[in-house]
Amino acid sequence: MSKPITLITGTRKGIGKFLVEHYIGKGHIVIGCSRGDIDWQLDNYEHFTLDVVDEKKVKKMFSSVRKKYGRVDNLINNAGIASMNHSLLTPVSTVQKVLNTNVVGTFLFCREAAKLMKKTKYGRMVNFTTVAVPLKLEGEAAYVASKAGVKSLTEVLSREYAEYNVTVNTIGPVPIETDLIRAVPADKIQNLLDRQAIQRFGSFEDVVNVIDFYLKPESAFITGQTLYLGGV
Amino acid sequence: MKDKIVKIIIAAANELNEEEEISVSEELSLSTRLFGENGVLDSMGLVSLVVAVEQAIDEELDASVSLADEKALSQKNSPYRTVETLAEYAEKLIQEA
Repeated sequence: MSKPITLITGTRKGIGKFLVEHYIGKGHIVIGCSRGDIDWQLDNYEHFTLDVVDEKKVKKMFSSVRKKYGRVDNLINNAGIASMNHSLLTPVSTVQKVLNTNVVGTFLFCREAAKLMKKTKYGRMVNFTTVAVPLKLEGEAAYVASKAGVKSLTEVLSREYAEYNVTVNTIGPVPIETDLIRAVPADKIQNLLDRQAIQRFGSFEDVVNVIDFYLKPESAFITGQTLYLGGV
Repeated sequence: MKDKIVKIIIAAANELNEEEEISVSEELSLSTRLFGENGVLDSMGLVSLVVAVEQAIDEELDASVSLADEKALSQKNSPYRTVETLAEYAEKLIQEA
């Protein structure tokens, strides 16, 4: 069997980079992207430097993937940005940036990947939401709105793409010690952890475990679902 | 350019027909009504054709265009009304790219 082709967004660092290493370790060919250049290289990994909302560049990337590999089996929409501030202190430009990267970026990658997956009648897409959505976390209005958008987007796409045998699911991680939450005060994070059934930070492995499950060929009957970590 | 795109559209439609993704019994021509009243495609057939034409334009003309259009359902302004309107729309997008 040929190697699975897996596309991951936001791979420069953090969970994205971890996912690259994980799936290369599992024998996938991984294509990744990030806004900034990367300072690392791996066999079976190809990188594109682009912003996930740049439609022209994203389409070009998919065109190149199509010409080289002829298909995409898995898409992991990991790229995302956060804004953590009281709404009264949040500029509209920040809200637009967060919505753009998180919702529009996810939409664009799903749309372009679906065009390839439709042809092969197989595909797995995983999008990222957050436990901050069901927890209605104050101080994260723009981020939570964008991630609620990703969840709804996933639910609709799961229905639109079902006839192509493409599943679309969402994972909702709890806080993980990455750059995304570095600027958040410790007491705020603790308040959030206290609202989980299992009160600890999430790990990259916790996230990978869920994504592995969604990507399994046996998960063909799992679509439009959101799985929250930590018992939220 | 337009003639080339028309050929691409017809070839893409024929291929989809063979793959049974769409079901078009007549020979396609410039004036064939694709979508809308008396159109040969249903909405999912239209989706398949638009995606196939985008990919064929990328391959044969080395141009990356997005043929998605919010006027899809408009009887008057939809670029998907006929083979000709779709070709003209694609040509315009390629020139703008």
